[in-house]
Amino acid sequence: MYKIIAEGTGPLFMDPDPDAARAFFRTKPRALAPKVMKVSQAVERFVHDGEYLAIGGFGANRIPTAICHEILRQNKKNLAFAGHTSTHDFQILAAGEAFDRCDIAYIIGLEARGLSAHARRYMESGKVESCEWTNYAMACRLKAAAMGVSFVPARNVLGTDTFIRSAAKIVECPFTGKQFVLFPALWPDVSAIHVHESDIYGNCRLKGISIADLELARASKHLIITCERLVHNDEIRSDPSATVIPYFLVDAVCEVPFGSYPGNMPYEYYSDEVHLREWLNVEKDEEQFREFLDKYIYSVKDFTQYLELCGGIQRINELRAQEHLIEVE
Amino acid sequence: MADYNVMEMMITAAARNLEDGASVGVGTGAPCAAAMLAQKTHAPNLVVLFEAGGVSPQLPTMPISVGDSRTTYKALMASGMCEIMETCQRGMVDYCFLGGAQIDKFGNLNSTVIGDWAHPKVRFPGSGGANDFASFCWKIMVITPQDARRFVEKVDFITSPGYLGGPGSREAAGLAAGTGPFKVITDLAVMGFDEETKQMRVESLHHGVTFDQVQENTSFQLLKAPEIAETLPPTAEELRILREEVDPHKYIIGR
Repeated sequence: MYKIIAEGTGPLFMDPDPDAARAFFRTKPRALAPKVMKVSQAVERFVHDGEYLAIGGFGANRIPTAICHEILRQNKKNLAFAGHTSTHDFQILAAGEAFDRCDIAYIIGLEARGLSAHARRYMESGKVESCEWTNYAMACRLKAAAMGVSFVPARNVLGTDTFIRSAAKIVECPFTGKQFVLFPALWPDVSAIHVHESDIYGNCRLKGISIADLELARASKHLIITCERLVHNDEIRSDPSATVIPYFLVDAVCEVPFGSYPGNMPYEYYSDEVHLREWLNVEKDEEQFREFLDKYIYSVKDFTQYLELCGGIQRINELRAQEHLIEVE
Repeated sequence: MADYNVMEMMITAAARNLEDGASVGVGTGAPCAAAMLAQKTHAPNLVVLFEAGGVSPQLPTMPISVGDSRTTYKALMASGMCEIMETCQRGMVDYCFLGGAQIDKFGNLNSTVIGDWAHPKVRFPGSGGANDFASFCWKIMVITPQDARRFVEKVDFITSPGYLGGPGSREAAGLAAGTGPFKVITDLAVMGFDEETKQMRVESLHHGVTFDQVQENTSFQLLKAPEIAETLPPTAEELRILREEVDPHKYIIGR
């Protein structure tokens, strides 16, 4: 029996019971069935008001931007959100006030680019119930869920206010007598991850860093994949070692070329710093920001139209050149 | 004497603390510039790790994000967050660089809120990977401008652990023994921590700066190292590398 030494005071938004998760996963389909659909269909079918949402990638790197936009267009509300390595994804979802509960590891900021004025106003408004974690703590929570157990021990957050405002617990190790923090498993209701390639069933490949996406894919009850391109199942079978997410974790596959835009997609295109700066600047004025959102998200039919508004293929080619460090005139 | 600005001074001072063959977890901005400068001068075998998964890249330019593709350019490995943080937790990462809105005399850092947590005056991003690095890496370095609002007696929120309440309190809380804040590098001085009290002390002053000036920009009583030297200014060669190779677009050193 573990002796509990200290408990965080933060809210635990999701049940960490592994048997409840097993009962769900028992019902998840295993059939090798095609799952290709439009982004609008995937969001309609798998993102529901009040549920817990997580977004893959790292803020403005390999993010499923189209899914975030569509969540706003479909006016999804009262979600709980995993604010884990989130930057532009958080900025979009905060713009739509789509969530009212948040597990916080990293929010509001866009790293070296600065802070989102609107996301900050939203988090300071009192409309969002929150719980503090760290990037690794959230990765541990997803890892525990992926393992099918209710917690993972670690040696961070000890002694800090981050722990006090978390929902973690500190225990004495039964082997060494040392203190460890236990991070409760997190099984998100739905997640969206952007990858390089998927077949129609959802067997996925990605290049570059995986961040916490391999854990997230396995922890999520429902998983929406957006991909740069669809590949044939023969291609997947020709090199199974390249598959990082197997199809039976996946519920929807949406082909969205340049789908991480305005974020970076490793080996494909660099982030559009001009557009991201425009976001940050326009947020300072609430009226201008509403017009901006209307222009780029609410009045837009789909992601292709958004890309055209942002400069289309010409802009993408510039970002491809930046990614590959090619000097062009 | 070569002409240089305070950012160039801070980056150079930080770089000199990274010895060849050591490993360091870095973020974007000045820490990344310091690691790049160290690699291009005295520490070609410095292992650079980014929290999102990049291991030992040959950085072509300054990354904008700790997860962008520059962090894996000609890298040895593109991994993930657990891989990096668990390498730190196992004790294989010597240094990390952190920042924050507030720092106290024990090196505790706040990057979460100003004011009361439940009703914050200002909300900041939170820990990100900072608490993880501060808990796991052997030596914590901080690069930050020095002013009395940032260097406070007590931080509003301990996001990331310094020496917490003083000697022995990291170990009492369960953090790995032998870890903690190492250097705080500002636009005025380089500070370390007194072995006995674990409180911040001035170790060297940048050219033209007095101890009193540093104290005026600090809201707690600073200790003094037995001998306070003048921080060695950047050499002409360090400045050339910094300006031509590390940050030619002056994203960091232009500030």
